[in-house]
Amino acid sequence: MDKMLGKKRYIAIFVMPALLLFLCFVVAPLVVTGIYSLFEYDGIGTMKFLGLSNYIELFTKDRYFPKALTNSLVLAGASIFIQIPLSLLLAIILARGIKGEKAFRTIYFVPVVISSMVIGQLWMKIFNSQYGLLNIIIGFFTGEKFEYSWLSTPSTAFIATVIPAVWQYIGYHMLIFYAGIKSIPTDYYEAAKIDGASNGQVSLKITLPLLTPVIKTCLLFALTGSFRAFDLIYVMTGGGPNHASEVPGTLMYSSLFRRGLYGYGSAQAFFIVIECLVFSYVISRLFKKAEENASVI
Amino acid sequence: MKKVKKRILFIILILIAIAQLFPLYWLITFSLKSNIEIFGENVLGLPKDWRWINYTTALSDGGVLRYFLNSVFYSGTTVAVTGIITAMAGYAIARMKWKLNNLVFGFFALGIMIPTQAALLPLFQVLDKLGLKGGYIGLLIPYISFAIPMSLMILVSFYKGIPKEMEEASYIDGCGVLRCFGTIILPIIKPALATASIFTFLGTWNELMFANTLVDSSDFRTLPVGIMSFSGQYSTDWGLIGAAMVIATLPTIIVYFFLSNQVQESLVMGAVKG
Repeated sequence: MDKMLGKKRYIAIFVMPALLLFLCFVVAPLVVTGIYSLFEYDGIGTMKFLGLSNYIELFTKDRYFPKALTNSLVLAGASIFIQIPLSLLLAIILARGIKGEKAFRTIYFVPVVISSMVIGQLWMKIFNSQYGLLNIIIGFFTGEKFEYSWLSTPSTAFIATVIPAVWQYIGYHMLIFYAGIKSIPTDYYEAAKIDGASNGQVSLKITLPLLTPVIKTCLLFALTGSFRAFDLIYVMTGGGPNHASEVPGTLMYSSLFRRGLYGYGSAQAFFIVIECLVFSYVISRLFKKAEENASVI
Repeated sequence: MKKVKKRILFIILILIAIAQLFPLYWLITFSLKSNIEIFGENVLGLPKDWRWINYTTALSDGGVLRYFLNSVFYSGTTVAVTGIITAMAGYAIARMKWKLNNLVFGFFALGIMIPTQAALLPLFQVLDKLGLKGGYIGLLIPYISFAIPMSLMILVSFYKGIPKEMEEASYIDGCGVLRCFGTIILPIIKPALATASIFTFLGTWNELMFANTLVDSSDFRTLPVGIMSFSGQYSTDWGLIGAAMVIATLPTIIVYFFLSNQVQESLVMGAVKG
């Protein structure tokens, strides 16, 4: 068997299709983007080498990039401080075994399988100034007709795109936590129960520490997802009004495909990659210590 | 005391369930209404007059049928091709004897971290040069390439868990690698292939950025992009747009309805491997 499975010809036949596609259409384009980001280039003329000045310009001359970056951090903050704690709480409640546990799990997860285009269009209708669900509900409680255009007012446009983003993925994080909790051996709980621990104490002292790797996964997911955010905002506001709801992803898109700034847009795109890598590394380092502590228990 | 607490928790769970489902209920009901009902007469209730005509109009006049069939083709092909080539590559990585297998695997694993944005422009240029941009192949290539890493992760971790004895016997009987892979291995990895396929299907069906950038002609458009242009065109007819959105969502909801456990498992696995 080992002889059969060591034949170079078969290894090549089995690996090559996937490896070639991956190299040519995922890795190579990424490298090319990295190279473009160091040049001034409009796609037709010659390329002029700039070094890192595209990246410097992002923070010094660009009128919208700092705002876009702040927006993506606000989105990340909303995920970390609203979405994840809420999902964790739901997972803990459900994993304890409550009536209708499976039904709740299934329902919470429904929005996850829907495309962000549909979610975006739907929430645009919810935020519609005249006929939107939100204004109708507000009108119902105040007793008079309420009209406010959430998405075309600069101060509320971005927040209005954060809400569906948080809403859509609550079920996803909940499920990851739920699976994590269910994989904790029940002996731990039984031992704690015998020692007379309350439900709250069990969650705080046993479930949470043992969930550390899962919490890390969810944090990484929320952070990188926020940095690369594009679909929902592109559909709902397109970055407007007056660039109030831009994120790096939408800015990059308009630099590349509306303004033809291939070099500068590539720097914006590559910045997102670097940001994701740096934060992943930092989170992994931060959690290394916590995971070591957890494994002691 | 304990009973009261349990009841409060239960009510919280119900409220969140309502928050998760109510927007979708609203979507489904307004997709069956006329503007008169949506805009005032009957905002929240079930439709008084069930206008299925919204659906037939969207499908025929709005071109949604064409987009739907395109999306079925893109997703089906991506799932099939990705499944086969990652099953093969996974087998080579997990089972075959060569020195670079761990390195190659780690290389693929890094691919999960790459945001699609970062490859968009060079892909756009290279597909344009090859004359593939704007057609079926031009969108299938990036879809398959970007689906490879995750599918491979799921399959490799499954391969590592199956005992070698299963194949050993057939190799000793003189079975060739290709035949053994086709008749022994593929049937064993079916559950992992299903998990990987669900992940690939959802990602492809819902994808927006590639489809929006790499396809211009409405003949080759996918549902997400098609409906974006559709809703611009019929922006005042909410019932029609709602119907198109429900049509776009139906396949994923049906898959989820029948395979909810597998779908949940597949997406959780995707997150954990990522």
